[in-house]
Amino acid sequence: MRDRGLSQALRHGILIFAAAIFVVPLYLAFVAATHPARDLLTGVPLLPSGQLGPNLWRVLTRGLPNSAPVTTLMANSAVMALGISIGKLVLSIPAAYAIAFFRFRGRMVAFWLIFITLMLPIEVIFFPTYEVTAQFGLLDSYGGLILPLVASATATFLFRQFFMTFPVELADAARIDGSSPLRFLWSIVLPLSRTNLAAIFVLEFVYGWNQYLWPLIVTTSPHSATVVMGIQEMISSAQSFAVPQWNLVMAVALLAMVPPVLVVVVMQRWFVKGLMAGTS
Amino acid sequence: MPDRAGGAIFRGRFLPYALVVPQLVIVAIFFLWPTVRAIYESFEETNAFGTGARFSGLTNFVNAFSVAGEVGTIEVTVILACVTTVLAMAIGLFLAVEADQVGRVRRVYRTLFIWTYAVPSAIAGALWLFLFEPGLGAGARVLVDLGVNWNFALHSLQAFALLVAVIVWQQAAYNFLFYTAGLQMIPRDVFEAASIDGAGKLARFWQVVFPLLSPTTFYLLVMNVLYAFFSSFAIIDVITQGGPGNATTTVVYQVYRDGFQNGNTGLAGAETVFLLLIAAALTAVQFRFLNRKVFYR
Repeated sequence: MRDRGLSQALRHGILIFAAAIFVVPLYLAFVAATHPARDLLTGVPLLPSGQLGPNLWRVLTRGLPNSAPVTTLMANSAVMALGISIGKLVLSIPAAYAIAFFRFRGRMVAFWLIFITLMLPIEVIFFPTYEVTAQFGLLDSYGGLILPLVASATATFLFRQFFMTFPVELADAARIDGSSPLRFLWSIVLPLSRTNLAAIFVLEFVYGWNQYLWPLIVTTSPHSATVVMGIQEMISSAQSFAVPQWNLVMAVALLAMVPPVLVVVVMQRWFVKGLMAGTS
Repeated sequence: MPDRAGGAIFRGRFLPYALVVPQLVIVAIFFLWPTVRAIYESFEETNAFGTGARFSGLTNFVNAFSVAGEVGTIEVTVILACVTTVLAMAIGLFLAVEADQVGRVRRVYRTLFIWTYAVPSAIAGALWLFLFEPGLGAGARVLVDLGVNWNFALHSLQAFALLVAVIVWQQAAYNFLFYTAGLQMIPRDVFEAASIDGAGKLARFWQVVFPLLSPTTFYLLVMNVLYAFFSSFAIIDVITQGGPGNATTTVVYQVYRDGFQNGNTGLAGAETVFLLLIAAALTAVQFRFLNRKVFYR
């Protein structure tokens, strides 16, 4: 038993050490965000200072040269992330419901058309998709940010898979009761799908918030940028100062990662459920 | 596609179509049409003014992937995918195996590791850029103190290593998560039976536990390769912009350069077609795996 106790301690040691290594970039970013810019020139401070408030205030209200205030960027990010996550639910639930509960001509075709998008990240076809989006006049708009990303094979599959597990008797009873398919969807299926809804929502919110390439090419004015893609412009802007404003860049980085990290850590159970749902 | 057994299924003439059409419209406009467009463009050559276009056979494909510089973009992409996949999966597996043996506190470690995966890639890139900015970052200073001539803007290998570090930092968490779940699914008596055998700990792991994790390993292989191929764009754009030279230019980054910075739609089209083929291959692999799992359960 003593041997076991010792090896357990070693295990915890290894795990805590690894976690500490992982946290180093975050910690140094936080420390930098609490200092005035010139403190970062002479050496890397290892302890926080008192400038966090002023730095955050500065980026939130004014931003850096050539970029909009971070409040504007965060609002754009929020609209994009909510638009994508809600849009995916609104599109994929009915589609999955039709495929799972109805028999209709072209059902397999519909299934396969949705399926082929499963592994097609926007990075694969972003160039022609950009041209199509431009043709529709959607550049630099919320529509352009959201619409090309709302189709979701993943969500459609997960819901179809889940709907298939519904006991046949449930649908039979509803039919005998004379309730319409839509009523059955609304008052029986959806309430029973609550945890799955939450899981997909969390997953897709993070997906939407973290987008980089798509907003980078679709938005043109600094005021329609999202905070995640805006970081690039801010880095070059910060580097053009005589004293590089890394403290401000790190303040923006912290703000940009708070929503997804918070959502994932707090709603961990659903996030993990959503991630794993496709594989088991 | 497995069908509902027996099948209490609603009838309706228009309703099912009304339910699937919105999703299909989006798929058609933003997936199918761009795909067709890319194929079409890949066989066309635009002149220097971007006005006229004519059929050009395979010229774009040849031009897109003929290696002019020291290293081709396909090589960069494949090497990046291999290195990051092996490292991120090894670290994820190692940490998951350790965490699996500490009992219920395992959950605390999950929280301690999961967050790096939630950080937007571009922001991860910014954190690491600040860490290794030549002459300024903490990591850069440590490396210089160790005698390394650190400047990733000049040295290809350093730029590549930095990208690998950021990607592994993000992906290890994902692999940890899936391996932890995979280990949980292995019945406890398998571990016990293996230890009664008296085999060494390491041998036991590789001969008994690791084979049982193969569905997870297989799935993660595909996901890690996907990440390195496609999602690495944000990190590359923030840290190296594909440089120095073309040392860190992946195929996706090349599409961005050719399509947006140089305005060459033919080249970008050919490269997109290449990416589509890669994605199709990965989808096929993943689908076989999904099928097999359905079969075994």
